[in-house]
Amino acid sequence: MTPDEMLLERAEKRMSDSDDPRRSEARFASAEQAEARSAGAEALQARAEPVSDETPPTASPAASAVPPVRTIVVDRAPLPVLPPQEREAVRAAHSSGPERLRLEDVSIGYGAKKAVKSVSLSIHQGEVLALIGPSGCGKTTLLRTLNRLTELTPSASRAGNVLLDGEDIHGMADTRLRSRVAMVFQQPNPFPMSIFDNVAFALREQSRKKPRRRELEPQVVEALKRAGLYDEVGDDLDRPALRLSGGQQQRLCIARAIAPRPEVLLMDEPCSALDPISTATIEKLIGELRRDLAVVVVTHNLAQAHRVADKVAFMYLGDLVEYGSTAQVFDEPRATRTRDYVRGAFG
Amino acid sequence: MSAVGEWRPTLPAGPPMQSGGGKRSSPLEWRWIDRLALAFAWCAGIGLCVIAAAIVGYMAYRGIEYLRPQLLVQRPSISTSQSGSGGFRDALIGTGVLTLIGIVLAVPLAVGGAIWIAEYGRPTWLARMVESAIEMVAGTPDIVIALFGLSIFQLGLLAPFSFKAAGGGVFGKSYFAAGAMMSLIALPPMFTATRDGLQAVPAHMREAAFALGKTRIATIRRVLLPSVRSNIATGVTLGVSRIIGDTAIIVLLLGDSLRIDPQGSVPGLSVLRGTGSTLTSYVYNNSPAGEGSAPQKAYAAAFVLLIFVLVLNLIVDRIGRSQADTTGMTVAGAIV
Repeated sequence: MTPDEMLLERAEKRMSDSDDPRRSEARFASAEQAEARSAGAEALQARAEPVSDETPPTASPAASAVPPVRTIVVDRAPLPVLPPQEREAVRAAHSSGPERLRLEDVSIGYGAKKAVKSVSLSIHQGEVLALIGPSGCGKTTLLRTLNRLTELTPSASRAGNVLLDGEDIHGMADTRLRSRVAMVFQQPNPFPMSIFDNVAFALREQSRKKPRRRELEPQVVEALKRAGLYDEVGDDLDRPALRLSGGQQQRLCIARAIAPRPEVLLMDEPCSALDPISTATIEKLIGELRRDLAVVVVTHNLAQAHRVADKVAFMYLGDLVEYGSTAQVFDEPRATRTRDYVRGAFG
Repeated sequence: MSAVGEWRPTLPAGPPMQSGGGKRSSPLEWRWIDRLALAFAWCAGIGLCVIAAAIVGYMAYRGIEYLRPQLLVQRPSISTSQSGSGGFRDALIGTGVLTLIGIVLAVPLAVGGAIWIAEYGRPTWLARMVESAIEMVAGTPDIVIALFGLSIFQLGLLAPFSFKAAGGGVFGKSYFAAGAMMSLIALPPMFTATRDGLQAVPAHMREAAFALGKTRIATIRRVLLPSVRSNIATGVTLGVSRIIGDTAIIVLLLGDSLRIDPQGSVPGLSVLRGTGSTLTSYVYNNSPAGEGSAPQKAYAAAFVLLIFVLVLNLIVDRIGRSQADTTGMTVAGAIV
């Protein structure tokens, strides 16, 4: 046996040891992977005793028909988002909120390239809309159009209308729009100042005289509480924000965004730079924020979209291919592209 | 759910770790040119240390030998003997005054220019012109800047800022004239440090401020300038060390007098319009190259000057470190 083979065998053994068949249902997206895996398992069984009487997770080609489930082993039990029946109750209670944003035939181009093609959508208060799709499909561009951040790119051009409560967003001052449509970014990006000053940042009007700290304190504390951060940082709001952990920084950014009480909250892959526990905390938070806001989340993580969203919009190459309730898009997708994507055939 | 918390996979630990590398080739097997290059690199590095140590060591030896506390507080006086020529209080004050004028004039220009280049910078041809203008100022020899200063401060318009002779002739020499030209040599390092700092602030920091409904100018004032505070401090420190070390501008624009020689009767303003000396011109005038009347005092003053510059370098180093500690960003251009 060559050293490479020995290493391979050791790795296989380790994988098999850490596979608890009762808990993790490892399903593989492609038949190739599944075959490679089962070949490895067979080779192992030929040499070593099976780990338990129960057969290890069988990975037959038929298993590729179900969506992939990413199982992450963490040392602490992840926080449950909301139990399914409760989640449905919250959805039923809130998804019929008033319409906040309406997109009418929105197209965005960078130079000659069209990044978003004629997208029409409506976004209601009390619901979470997830924008999903492969990289480069225009979902982040679409998100950044909703608070006119795309305008910062000099080559960007646009067509169509975006209405916030019936008012064209291109007709209102950008600063006014952005205080009503807040945004949270992929990378936690607190400013290099204290926690208090970060949250109070948007509350301080630029042209008026400086409001006192005492006047701002209730709003700052409330925003931190809504972002679920107050219990961790409340004892010292003067600490520099950059000393916080990544997950805390991201929740601080959420607090900063919701402090001026916006109507819509845009989130651009808010968890992709975070660990699983912080991710679970923020997903829970998204579910709670939905009560007062319309939330739009861009995510690459299909399981996350499934967990947090009420409505899902699937984009592909700039087109809005499918839009519907989470259950419909994931379980009964109408378009072939959507079905292939949510089942992991590409992405 | 609780089973998740208790369950741990058992993983093999692997063989024990070793430190250090394996066998390497011996330099004796190398080609002679490679051996020579290696030897030269070692010698060059160590040689530079030796030279720096020699300068500091010799100046410290001489300086400590001749430096007396009263030298720092006595005014220079006219005397042919070293014992009667007083101390260099006026030169110390002169250095302080020039540094202050230079910094007060240069900081707004440098920071404003850096903000425009890094945050606005349009049209592009204008931005390129501004950058090359500052490079030009940075590359101009200080004696040329001094000559330029001398000629503009002799003009009628700027004459009130400079020393007038008894007959009414304008010499173009004064603390203000020297300080104004000093601001030109202090400006490039401040501009570069601030611009590099602004360009190192990640784009998503600006977007975060825009997304919170702030204008570009409010973003600069509230987010970007606080982020580059330590870059600005580094630039200012570098500028100060250039000002206190410069000699050519002093010799041309401040005259030969060692004592502060005020002009007019308004206190403060009279000093700015008058002539005098700084530590560098004091060293020059007392050294054998100048009038050579007091080489011992030149050594003492040179030692004080060297200490100032070393302390400034230490400050630059400290700022860079603390910035890296708190924000993870590095300060550019921390070499004098």
